[in-house]
Amino acid sequence: MRLRTSENPLAALAALAGVLIAASVALIFFYVPTDADQGFSQRIFYIHVPVALTAYACFGWGAWKALRHLWKREPGADLESYVAIHQGVIFGALTLLTGSLWAKISWGHWWLWSESQLVLFLVLFLFYGAYFMLRYSVEPGPARANMCAVYALFGVVLIPISFLAIRLANQLIHPVVFTLQGPQMAGSMFLTFCVSLAAMLTLAATLFHVELAGKRIDSRMRELRELLA
Amino acid sequence: MILAVTTAEKYVAGAYGIVFLVVLVYVLIIALKLGRLERELEELTGRVRERREAEREQREEVSVG
Repeated sequence: MRLRTSENPLAALAALAGVLIAASVALIFFYVPTDADQGFSQRIFYIHVPVALTAYACFGWGAWKALRHLWKREPGADLESYVAIHQGVIFGALTLLTGSLWAKISWGHWWLWSESQLVLFLVLFLFYGAYFMLRYSVEPGPARANMCAVYALFGVVLIPISFLAIRLANQLIHPVVFTLQGPQMAGSMFLTFCVSLAAMLTLAATLFHVELAGKRIDSRMRELRELLA
Repeated sequence: MILAVTTAEKYVAGAYGIVFLVVLVYVLIIALKLGRLERELEELTGRVRERREAEREQREEVSVG
């Protein structure tokens, strides 16, 4: 059986994600030089930061779809918003886990409550975690879709706060790599980071479309079951 | 041969391993869901087939009578 990627955009996206992931792993372990300051453990940066930025992108996409639902009454926008937030929570959990590992090896602590960047990301993660409690405590229908959309939009306010906290905080243990003067790293490191970020974003997009397709089939199946009852 | 692994290497492996594991679990969940949807679709197809057969039998009874 031949896989026709031109006829199946999802397969093309999945293939692209696979290629980018393979390329980023190769760059991280065989190309990029070891950081003079942090040593080998700095390689966590190439997974931790792209995963965190992907989580922000997913939450942002979820909020955008929520806005489309409230503003244009776009059909299916509520489901898309829900799936994007679900992806965001998964990538958010991965951010906290990889960040904890990096913190332990770099700072000697799994978690530091004094770091606003960490705490704000945790608040963002918990906020979107509570989205599911709201969604599953209300009967499905237009009221639930509206409530969830408003909640998703409120959460998006936390994204710039969480992103800027590291720059606004006085206590700087968490490293700042991207400043107004550009990325504070070598060209090879920046290239590796860009490939890793592209890989994570494509992976998230693939998983988003796969989950969305599953949810749509599930809902159509339910409709069919009701029609046949 | 004993492979000496430094603490930093263990943590890096842990970070990448967690991401890989979570994606793997996610794909597994999706695969399980796909299996459930396939079973449900089979059941619904069977139901539609049964209904059609019942309708055909009814039609045949009418035409004979």
